[in-house]
Amino acid sequence: MIFVFALFLLTLLVITAVAIVRTENLFVAVMLTSIYSLLMAANFFILDAADVALTEAAVGAGVTTVIFLSALALTADREKHRAGRRPLILGTVSVLTMLIIYATFEHPRLGDPEAPVHQHVAPWYLEKTPEYIDIPNVVTAVLGSYRGYDTLGEVFVVFAACIGVLFILGVRRGDAATPRRERTAGLRHHLIPQLVGRMLVPFIVLFGLYVQFHGEYGPGGGFQAGAIIATGVILYALLEGEAAALKAIPRSVLLGLVVGGASLYGAVGVTCMVLGGEFLDYSVLSDDAVAGQQLGILVIEAGVGMAVCGALLSIFHAFAARESQA
Amino acid sequence: MIEQALDVLSWILLTVGGACVFIGGLGALRLRSFYARVHAASLTDTTAALLIFPGMMLQSGFTLASLKLLAIMIFLLLTGPTATYAIANAALSSGLKPDAKPMDTDSSESAT
Repeated sequence: MIFVFALFLLTLLVITAVAIVRTENLFVAVMLTSIYSLLMAANFFILDAADVALTEAAVGAGVTTVIFLSALALTADREKHRAGRRPLILGTVSVLTMLIIYATFEHPRLGDPEAPVHQHVAPWYLEKTPEYIDIPNVVTAVLGSYRGYDTLGEVFVVFAACIGVLFILGVRRGDAATPRRERTAGLRHHLIPQLVGRMLVPFIVLFGLYVQFHGEYGPGGGFQAGAIIATGVILYALLEGEAAALKAIPRSVLLGLVVGGASLYGAVGVTCMVLGGEFLDYSVLSDDAVAGQQLGILVIEAGVGMAVCGALLSIFHAFAARESQA
Repeated sequence: MIEQALDVLSWILLTVGGACVFIGGLGALRLRSFYARVHAASLTDTTAALLIFPGMMLQSGFTLASLKLLAIMIFLLLTGPTATYAIANAALSSGLKPDAKPMDTDSSESAT
């Protein structure tokens, strides 16, 4: 049954991908990318990767679409035709396709217990997590503790991406544009979306907090929670205007979240060293090694959530500020 | 006996809800004018949510899953019609007249 469902979803994915490539209208392409992400999230979910599905749905289908649309508002929504080069592109794509199809011959069957990925460290993680960390969601244990270095790297990638976007799009200026922005901002004259949105925003943020602090027990964690909370605030910004959202959460707070989140993660690692352990070895954080691991994961997940939420909102505001100046 | 009756009721709800989604999808694809398409998709979607979610709640019984399903149903009941309103309103403010003559497929696609 799951096989049929997966086949159906993957077929839809291929159709959507072809439609994205073929459409000339960039607005349609953005909407199709959003649908693609949602299908991908459903696909991850039926493969039992609930954490990844949650991220894909929140970031891919939610925040990215809004950021793409903000970018589209700055440019044209039609693709430019570029002459020539067609044979070269077709050639490259077909060679790559052949290579990928060739690579799948070596690929183990889905769910094959003999597959290399199930032979390496995964059994150890599954076996030892109850003993060392004692939380039900092994994904969170792997992400936060066993692979703490990788996650630290990811947080700094988010940090660097945010700084890069802010450098390119600029944060300053725009003070003069404030009154004009105020008047036309948001959906103030559309009563129905505004009322429903106002009703939903607190629950979206609450759900984000739940995902954040329930990450050890169910699917979720800092990345997903940061994206969900950012979605809630972006919804608020769309409804009430960007100025109102900036009044609620000023730019300085957003930057503080990004820098603070990344530093919090790093600080946990340094604290572990100060307390006599190794970098990001949370066992020394408490008298009981297991409690120390849980505390460490909780704090670094909070750091991840802060960094992701702050970065996504900063990028959104950077685009939106450009829009109101143009 | 009661369990069986609930099971039958739940399957009736699920089937009718599924039929609603199918009819809505058909209408969204086949109807001639933009507003008729939006109308078809929206009404059947809301009805389907009202049918399918109680059907699933009957399947899961008196558990936490039912509560979550109820929350999702309320979310869909709030957002679905709002999204329809937003789409129709956007079409109206971009100049598409509701009483316009039936369009050919190409122009309605560019309007969506």
